Amino acid sequence: MQNLGINVLFEGTTLQRLFEGLMMTAGIAFLSIIIGSFLGVGMGLLRTSKSKVVQFICRFYLEVFRIIPILVWLFIVYFGVTNALDIHLDGEIVAVIVFSLWGAAEMGDIVRGALESLPKHQIESGKAIGLSFWGLYRYVLIPQAVRRMLPGAINLSTRMVKTTSLVVMIGVIDVVKVGQQIIERSVIKVPTASFWVYGLIFILYFIICYPLSTLSKKLEAKWEN
Amino acid sequence: MKNIKKILAVFFSAVILVGILAGCGSKATTEIKKDQAAAKSSIEEIKQRGKIKIGVFSDKPPFGFVDANGKNQGFDVFIAKRFAKDLLGDESKVEFVLVEAASRVEFLQANKVDLILANFTVTDERKQKVDFANPYMKVALGVVSPSGAPITSVDQLKGKKLIVNKGTTAETFFTKNYPDIELLKYDQNTEAFEALKDKRGVALAHDNTLLFAWARENTGYTVGVASLGSLDTIAPAVKKGDTELLNWVNTELETLGKENFIHKAYDASLKPAYGESIDPETVVVEGGKVK
Repeated sequence: MQNLGINVLFEGTTLQRLFEGLMMTAGIAFLSIIIGSFLGVGMGLLRTSKSKVVQFICRFYLEVFRIIPILVWLFIVYFGVTNALDIHLDGEIVAVIVFSLWGAAEMGDIVRGALESLPKHQIESGKAIGLSFWGLYRYVLIPQAVRRMLPGAINLSTRMVKTTSLVVMIGVIDVVKVGQQIIERSVIKVPTASFWVYGLIFILYFIICYPLSTLSKKLEAKWEN
Repeated sequence: MKNIKKILAVFFSAVILVGILAGCGSKATTEIKKDQAAAKSSIEEIKQRGKIKIGVFSDKPPFGFVDANGKNQGFDVFIAKRFAKDLLGDESKVEFVLVEAASRVEFLQANKVDLILANFTVTDERKQKVDFANPYMKVALGVVSPSGAPITSVDQLKGKKLIVNKGTTAETFFTKNYPDIELLKYDQNTEAFEALKDKRGVALAHDNTLLFAWARENTGYTVGVASLGSLDTIAPAVKKGDTELLNWVNTELETLGKENFIHKAYDASLKPAYGESIDPETVVVEGGKVK
């Protein structure tokens, strides 16, 4: 029966549960990427501010998210903040909050890097032709910056997708957790279960992450000219 | 136009700052809220909610796991359903919160669950953070050996090689109490069991519950010594200070003891994993009292 280890995937509602787990993973990841990107652009613009106070606060925010592990953040928000404010937040919502804030911090740094890498004469020329503050960013700086930040942004997105597997620690059942449940249930009878389950999870992650890579490649090619 | 930039900058910074301050400032009000929560009856609250939230494992068969149809099953789950039936009148009125071993204490502390039934071993360290009810299960060390050359008492091991896992209670127990038994130490469970199969030692010592399940799946091996060393107990746990629910659980365990309910739970969930040859008395604690 050992060569039929793949059968564990088709027992009962196993496949459906794996799919639900996948939807949970993808949902948390993509919501966080979208929210994080918007916040991150604002963050990046703030980082280019001349004000020392603003710079310090933004820098502080970024370092706080960079230094403290995401798992700790999940614990702080899920167990700490909800308890302190006496509110109940579902693990899924906490996950989206934490991953969005993390995304904002990291995306902010990517946006800042892209903006600062633009030659200074772009800003000066823009100002010289009488563009307003908004006009300068809208028509000159952001379009150029977006192209430069794309690889970093895609990189961050795939990292966020993979890091979502930490959410099991706050009781959210994602695709990896469903996989573990299936393996542990059947491992004594079907020793090869882990191979098939993790194999499928590998393919599922690939399905989520690969379109991001393709998208980035296409956009880069499109903006080349 | 510079003004707009400045205003924007100040505005965003203010938002972030307020957020940070709100995070710190809220601690002062927390104390009051906690007192209020403690004053409110925990059982009353569960009844109003109509559901008891119980933390169980989802990947630790046979104690708590999810079956092929996505339903919670296992020894702990069996008992949890009965608790719900006796408290709220229906065994479906339980919400299973799936917990991880590493965050069981936090789930209780943050009010995410009312009760933890997740193979929670009572230790002094944990007692400082949560309140344990009376036990419903016990674990001790066991010794498994080939059926052909069974080891039925520790004395038989003198001068022979015994396989243990590094860092487990088995290692400490034998090093301390039986220094004349030679120990072969391994990091992983799988390595240790393979070593036993290769006959690198005459027997293997580990938690008895694990050995029962292993011996069941590996014919030709028996757990000759079923219970050895200091006994650890496994008990339901509630949030620190929730005496009302704690007392309810203790009374409930006593009542269930009269009808030998934990034995029924054993028959339904652990027996299929451990097999007929194991005496339930080595694992089960009835009525909340260790005999």
